[in-house]
Amino acid sequence: MFNYYLKLGWLSIRRNPLLSALMIAAIAVGIGACMTTITVNYVMSGNPIPHKSDQLFYVQLDNWDPNVSSEEPLEPPDQVTYTDAMALMRAGTAYRQVASNRSGLVLEPHGEGELPFTVDTRNTFADFFPMFDLPFQFGSGWDRAADAGLERVVVLSREINERVFGGEDSVGRSVRLNGMDFRVVGVIDDWLPVPKFYDVTNGAFNEPEEIFIPFNVAVEYQLPRNGNTNCWKPSEGSGHEAFLASECVWIQFWAELRNAQEEQDYLAFLNAYTGQQKALGRFPRPLNNRLDDVMEWMEREEVVEDDAQVMLGLSLLFLVVCLLNTIGLLLAKFLGKSGDIGLRRALGATRATLFIQHMIEAGLIGLGGGVLGLGLAWLGLRGIEALFGEFVKNLVGMDWVMVLTAVCLAICSALLAGLYPTWRACRVAPAGQLKTQ
Amino acid sequence: MLSMKNISMVYRTDLVETHALREFSLEVREGDYVSVTGPSGSGKTTFLNIAGLLEQFTSGIYELDGRDVSQLSDGERSKVRNEKIGFIFQGFNLIPDLNLFDNVDVPLRYRGFSAAERKRRIERGLDMVGLASRMKHLPSQLSGGQQQRVAIARALAGEPRFLLADEPTGNLDSQMALSVMELISDINRFGTTIIMVTHDPALAGLAQRNVHIRDGRVSDIGADTQIVAAARG
Repeated sequence: MFNYYLKLGWLSIRRNPLLSALMIAAIAVGIGACMTTITVNYVMSGNPIPHKSDQLFYVQLDNWDPNVSSEEPLEPPDQVTYTDAMALMRAGTAYRQVASNRSGLVLEPHGEGELPFTVDTRNTFADFFPMFDLPFQFGSGWDRAADAGLERVVVLSREINERVFGGEDSVGRSVRLNGMDFRVVGVIDDWLPVPKFYDVTNGAFNEPEEIFIPFNVAVEYQLPRNGNTNCWKPSEGSGHEAFLASECVWIQFWAELRNAQEEQDYLAFLNAYTGQQKALGRFPRPLNNRLDDVMEWMEREEVVEDDAQVMLGLSLLFLVVCLLNTIGLLLAKFLGKSGDIGLRRALGATRATLFIQHMIEAGLIGLGGGVLGLGLAWLGLRGIEALFGEFVKNLVGMDWVMVLTAVCLAICSALLAGLYPTWRACRVAPAGQLKTQ
Repeated sequence: MLSMKNISMVYRTDLVETHALREFSLEVREGDYVSVTGPSGSGKTTFLNIAGLLEQFTSGIYELDGRDVSQLSDGERSKVRNEKIGFIFQGFNLIPDLNLFDNVDVPLRYRGFSAAERKRRIERGLDMVGLASRMKHLPSQLSGGQQQRVAIARALAGEPRFLLADEPTGNLDSQMALSVMELISDINRFGTTIIMVTHDPALAGLAQRNVHIRDGRVSDIGADTQIVAAARG
């Protein structure tokens, strides 16, 4: 009977093309608006590393001003000082740990006539690559010995390797960065975590950096820093060493902890470390260290901004308005079929079978609205892209989940909208219709 | 097999009560061909709607095939309509965007027959009314008489015990009306019980019995015309 009902639904849609088109358009506009905002929210709030997001922990230590918290209410700073980062790295308590910060260097290509250009750079440690599961096209990351030995090694992104080495295996070759030669040890394959969870403080939806160099090398050679640096009191003295010893926070610190016990132990370690530092006159605030896994950290940092949530709410309300319109149109359509319904009742259709028939028709209209709504959502996302440019490039793609969500949402919405009109239609008294046909 | 005893039907609004049927009683036997006549507003169609389980009556007893139908649920009434009753309406009531095959198919779909069984019944029904060659046509491509024949084929496809016809020739010219009435008589000869509402005395005369309704009551039940004819013979 399902195919039969589908056929009847299709015939009914064809019978009133204008009315049907209006209903499909009403649903499509609602779905289009809704899916545009849902897609942005979905991408914003997605889990960028689902297989181990509960094992990666962002470290926050509250070294801040005793009188004013870093962020209200009583939040510790969202980065750590060089002093603390190095202490945690030396301790090596976690299964893996990584301190890193954002930087920008000038890359000088070897070819004649090629101009130097700036590259987004991440200064980091060897554990960064296995900890965040970076895929490699050629070679691999460097090892811990390279960190300790201040080796000038570099990992390139696929794009930079394309640009500098024409996409060849460049492992073992060198690139010149800020006047110094670095040996290529690896080339990353396509890698685009959205959000860029490992550094949400410097743009949660920016693309990953183009090259990666050892953190210790960047510090040793005083390579420039980009990204956020926040201080609650001035450095004691001036110059590079004074900055490193200051209470300024500019480093993101991650620890990989494989189970609850390791997490508990690590937090205890952090608290013990803070206690030691308090004895040395640092950490004037009450104990307030944090250890958040990936999703907790993104939630705490409000990666999905309130504005986006408000927009989502508004678009859902808009969908409701569109559905109210659809209810009216469906009511007109179904009650216009009273003669047909009365006849079918006379010929033996029960209310239940007619209910199913008309709900399937409503579902078909929803399907049409969903498909058209997908097109409108695509246009909406392109509009957002055009409006906000590169910044949102990674937020405006629809995957199969979103496509299916759009279609399912449209069908469910149409079914919901169809409930009352269908119920009314099924209440039609057959006898009253047959004489008037 | 159809027994109505003291059936009353009252339509009520806040201000008015309208008695469509009053203490209406009638017995129809298996294989009968009964015409129901009466002036406009006398209650003919209300009677037919109640007989066809399309309307609930206010009081009285209605037994169909020995079964009291007053307490049936809506679903059970639909089932009885589908299995035992065929309808022919004055306005044909064909579904305009379904072809003849699919129009005749409608009651069979609700009966749950297999596709092969439905096809067999549809082809036989359309063949019986002389339209087997036009089963892919739409109703709008047929004359009024042909459309009524399709409606008859639809009514017969489920092999009902009763055929209820409400002014079946009301929208047809005399030539077409005659051909439809011949078809209805043939159907009765094959054993189907027919109750036909009409205001045309000539058509009513084709039935075995005539029931005249006035003001919602049976005012006259004519003699069995065949019995009368046999007695005269």
